[in-house]
Amino acid sequence: MNSHDIYLISPQIAMAVLAGLIVVIDLVVSDKRLVSAAAILGLAAPLLFTLILWFDAPDDNVGLFGAFVVDKFALFFQILFVGVAAMVFLASTKYQERFEGFRGEFVALMLFSLTGMMLLASARELITMYVALELTSLPAAALVAWLRDDRSSEAGLKFLLMSALSSALLLFGVVFIYGFTGSTFFSEIVTRIADMQATGVLSADEPFGSYALMFGVVLLMLGLAFKLSSVPSQMWVPDVYEGSPTPVAAFLSVASKAAGFAIVLRLIYAALPDPQVSMDTGNLFAVLAAVSMTVGNIAAIRQTNIKRLMGYSTIAQAGYIMVGVAAVAASAEGGGSSSGGPQGVLFYLMGYGFTNLAVFFAIIAITNRTGNDMISSFAGMAKRSPLFAGLLTIGLLSLLGFPPTVGFMGKAFIFSSAVNSGLLWLAVVGMVNSAASAFYYLRIVRTMYLDDADDDKKIGGDIPLTLATGLTATGVVVLGVAPWFLLKFAEIAVEGLAIR
Amino acid sequence: MTLENVLLVSSVLFAIGLYGALAKSNAIMILMSIEIMFNAVNIAAIAFSRFTVPAGLTDTPITVTQQAVQRALTGQMLSVFVITAAAAEVALGLALVIVVYRQRGTVDVTDLTEMSG
Repeated sequence: MNSHDIYLISPQIAMAVLAGLIVVIDLVVSDKRLVSAAAILGLAAPLLFTLILWFDAPDDNVGLFGAFVVDKFALFFQILFVGVAAMVFLASTKYQERFEGFRGEFVALMLFSLTGMMLLASARELITMYVALELTSLPAAALVAWLRDDRSSEAGLKFLLMSALSSALLLFGVVFIYGFTGSTFFSEIVTRIADMQATGVLSADEPFGSYALMFGVVLLMLGLAFKLSSVPSQMWVPDVYEGSPTPVAAFLSVASKAAGFAIVLRLIYAALPDPQVSMDTGNLFAVLAAVSMTVGNIAAIRQTNIKRLMGYSTIAQAGYIMVGVAAVAASAEGGGSSSGGPQGVLFYLMGYGFTNLAVFFAIIAITNRTGNDMISSFAGMAKRSPLFAGLLTIGLLSLLGFPPTVGFMGKAFIFSSAVNSGLLWLAVVGMVNSAASAFYYLRIVRTMYLDDADDDKKIGGDIPLTLATGLTATGVVVLGVAPWFLLKFAEIAVEGLAIR
Repeated sequence: MTLENVLLVSSVLFAIGLYGALAKSNAIMILMSIEIMFNAVNIAAIAFSRFTVPAGLTDTPITVTQQAVQRALTGQMLSVFVITAAAAEVALGLALVIVVYRQRGTVDVTDLTEMSG
């Protein structure tokens, strides 16, 4: 490890150091609000290093013995993660008062989890990927159980068991890919698979060219499905969202999912671009996407708890994003960016970040006062808190894909890329599901605007929370009206990915 | 001893672990089953690195290049990382089991039905 490696990994180091500093600050200051403030201000350091790397764009961007790459794709996700963290910290300053003595640890664990996500976006080697994944999910399991009441600890245990189980599946897949290709580096896996394709070791009759490779890739993707919160590893999602502290649910739904999609896209581009393997991966994702959307939407319809409903909504949203991933993989030559698939996925992930954070922050603001997660308790919220009811409505309309929000543009990009890649049936399933999701999203809006409140007390938020909700909701509308800036950003990020 | 034999052992262990993780209802038994799955992974990783020795290390005289050594050791490195991460996972898992046990007096996951629907 030399100084150039340290330069490349500086955002992650800054993030981990910040987490350590927060624990120390928590010990010495008595006013715990300073801890949250320090965390938000401290995020400037990783952001600064990320921006330096973005504008410097070093030619030699592979470090740590080839296990780590800093391209614009990784930096795009790092900016997303830092942004999500800043918003979540801002929104949860009041919520954190519930944690009493454990406020600093809460912030620090979230920062450690973010460090893992930032490493994951840069990993180009399977062992690095696994370690980054564990660094992402272990602190998250502790965060889910942070309230330490019945529901929270139950959710934490479920999260940890599911996470460990999917790690084991993922590892068995990793080992088989390693055994089959003889390397864990993405760059070498590509050349080995190409060699085998050229020398006829891979057969056109077997899926993925060989049953051994199929076994490896399918297990690997099933393990990653946990992070994406898609079928078949979706069982944890509703329970964890319902039981965990709401800021943690917001964090998991956006950052953790984005990290999962980052590594999936990199695997498809950098490790499995072989046309045959890529086609079959695309088919795998197409099926998982269709099932995810349908399962999420059907289960969401009969929910009465809003956090649980958002859990099922998240499963459905994972399905929509996977339509884009399937389109990437299914377009020939390992996802030529001509189909618009990868840009669409990145655009949707960023837009989904704004949208879901706005929704969760509005939920935090309202439930902080009502102390009740039931949808029925949102009745008449338009009168009690016109601001948060309005912002929540904007977020829900974006999740539904209603113009002129960012959710509409994202869905337009993703479904059109699916059509371009010859996955018309999947685009149709996606649109039908989108339409069906109106039922439960609009039911919340109807409850807020048309039903009568049983209580006339006005509800307001604290200043940081109002600011965070306002910012994210503004982002939803601005990016929906003028998506070109974000689309350009995503295109630049994807260009970096295509160069190996 | 051939690669196939070792992989067979590893696959059987993995299957036993998977069955245990899905069928057992005691949280500690589930953690132990997952541990068995991790160890199956370790066996497979070490077997692959032992039996697929890269060119250069099988020639006589052996020509030791850094790359060849790296490749030969990847599987063993993987298992070291897996052992470490699995230990962390179990430590956190047991902590959560204790929290749940203090609240409910049981660690049976079929009783964890505070939330459903």
